[in-house]
Amino acid sequence: MIWETVIGLETHVELATRTKIFCGCSTSFGAPPNTHCCPVCTGMPGALPVLNRRAVLLAVRAGLALGCTVSRRCAFDRNNYFYPDLPKAYQISQLYLPLCRDGAVDIGGGKTIRIAELHLEEDAGKLVHDPWTEQSLADFNRCGVPLIEIVTRPDFSAAEEVIAYLEKLKLTLQYLGVSDCKIQEGSLRCDVNLSVRPAGSRELGTRTELKNLGSFKAIARAIDYEARRQIELLEEGRPVVQQTRRWDENKDATFPMRSKENAQDYRYFPDPDLPPLELEEAWLDSLAAAQPEMAWEKAARYQTQWGLSADDARTLTGRKPLADYFEAVVELGAPPRRAAGWVLGQLLAALGARGLEAEHIPLPPAALARLIHLVETGALNRNTAARVLEAVFDAGGDVDGYVAAHGLGQISDPAAVEEAARAALAANPKALADWRAGKGKAKGFLVGQVMARLQGRADPALVNRAVDALLEESK
Amino acid sequence: MRMSEEMADYVAGLAMLELDGEERREMAGELEKILDYMAALDSLDTAHAPPPGPVLPLKNVLRPDEPAPSLPREELLACASARDGEYFLTPRAVE
Repeated sequence: MIWETVIGLETHVELATRTKIFCGCSTSFGAPPNTHCCPVCTGMPGALPVLNRRAVLLAVRAGLALGCTVSRRCAFDRNNYFYPDLPKAYQISQLYLPLCRDGAVDIGGGKTIRIAELHLEEDAGKLVHDPWTEQSLADFNRCGVPLIEIVTRPDFSAAEEVIAYLEKLKLTLQYLGVSDCKIQEGSLRCDVNLSVRPAGSRELGTRTELKNLGSFKAIARAIDYEARRQIELLEEGRPVVQQTRRWDENKDATFPMRSKENAQDYRYFPDPDLPPLELEEAWLDSLAAAQPEMAWEKAARYQTQWGLSADDARTLTGRKPLADYFEAVVELGAPPRRAAGWVLGQLLAALGARGLEAEHIPLPPAALARLIHLVETGALNRNTAARVLEAVFDAGGDVDGYVAAHGLGQISDPAAVEEAARAALAANPKALADWRAGKGKAKGFLVGQVMARLQGRADPALVNRAVDALLEESK
Repeated sequence: MRMSEEMADYVAGLAMLELDGEERREMAGELEKILDYMAALDSLDTAHAPPPGPVLPLKNVLRPDEPAPSLPREELLACASARDGEYFLTPRAVE
């Protein structure tokens, strides 16, 4: 039998606010345990949550970018369960009146994924399990960090589609400034709902939910594994049991999760502490009008406006800080295609060599723009400019100072180049003989020798011309 | 609606309560009364009624995204029945 896989996603994304969703505790990652907690986020009696305005703003921006209808009126509900990561014993979420509904994401290849809803909620704390004491250590710093949960319809049929969707979602949210989407720090987390059915069938099979997916690679592997597992069960005539399963990275397999199985009955009810949210049409319109240019829109513009290749445009826009940097260099007067070449070439190489991310480029855009200008005007040749970039990359980017201090200005004096060329030919009679014997390669060698005599600073065209002229002379 | 003792047990489990035989019967009886009351409400035709709002005449109560001081950790952990100076300690939660 031919089977098809049906997948829906629930993605949790931490919003880039400074403070938690219902209190003023910091959301910064990596603080000492239990230092970002207060009576509100730890659920002490009598504490009153108050909604963070910026969390609403960021969630609405995300909803608009995902093509959702933003509800004019929404409210918060309590999702009740007992688990040590949740000191209040309920999570504030939105069940009955979510913030956004009915969006769509185009993932390419003619495929669109429907978004069922996007709602605001709070994150839970973190548990560390101590293998020696049979105890768990609870850190509540993450309790109350604002999240949006984005729920898709079961529209995916393969792992590749899921990854394409997540890549696009991540890029969208990063461009919006809604979240940094660092999957390794847990600011983007994804649960996968998966079932299989005979190809062509309209009915959905029994699904399982996959958790603990710590990377895009893990998500893809867990999907492939779980689809295979379910197909094998069904082909042996055994049923798929509806359950939550945990992906084990080391064992490359999914296992049933037991701990929360009784907690699935969440007994939602409206939160009496939080008044409803009524959003004004005019405010929503102003937000919609102020949405920033998205990655794919930028990539299209780079091609039409600046003549970049599709590949270069995609690479530049694949990370927002890189696109911002590139645009800053262009803004400072660098020809766009040259700027793209430098950013994608020397700059990325320099970052890679230092293990740096694009948001931490130490070289100011003005320094790269200056370097490109010096090459364009013939004051530096390209190889020297690359050496200068490497030299000033971590040192504040004083291009002119470095060029002056090291006497690196391009040699464009024909007499100086000719002199060096004569000396190089005189010093390399064998190469000259080879050239005369018809070995074309010998000329390249001689050009290199001339360049070396001029510390690599000469205008390459001038060197070529000088060597040509002298070879012609020597015939 | 009939509330069996098994259902009462299940609800008690969700609330992390342990009931003995007498309590279980008592709770089942009370829950049954509550559900009967709900059933009376449920018999009304509310198809055209707007969803009930909160009782307080408030909306859009928001605060700016400005940090406020958190509790000193010692003060926070003072509430814990078991702690180790940095963390709350709980019985091992099985993942």
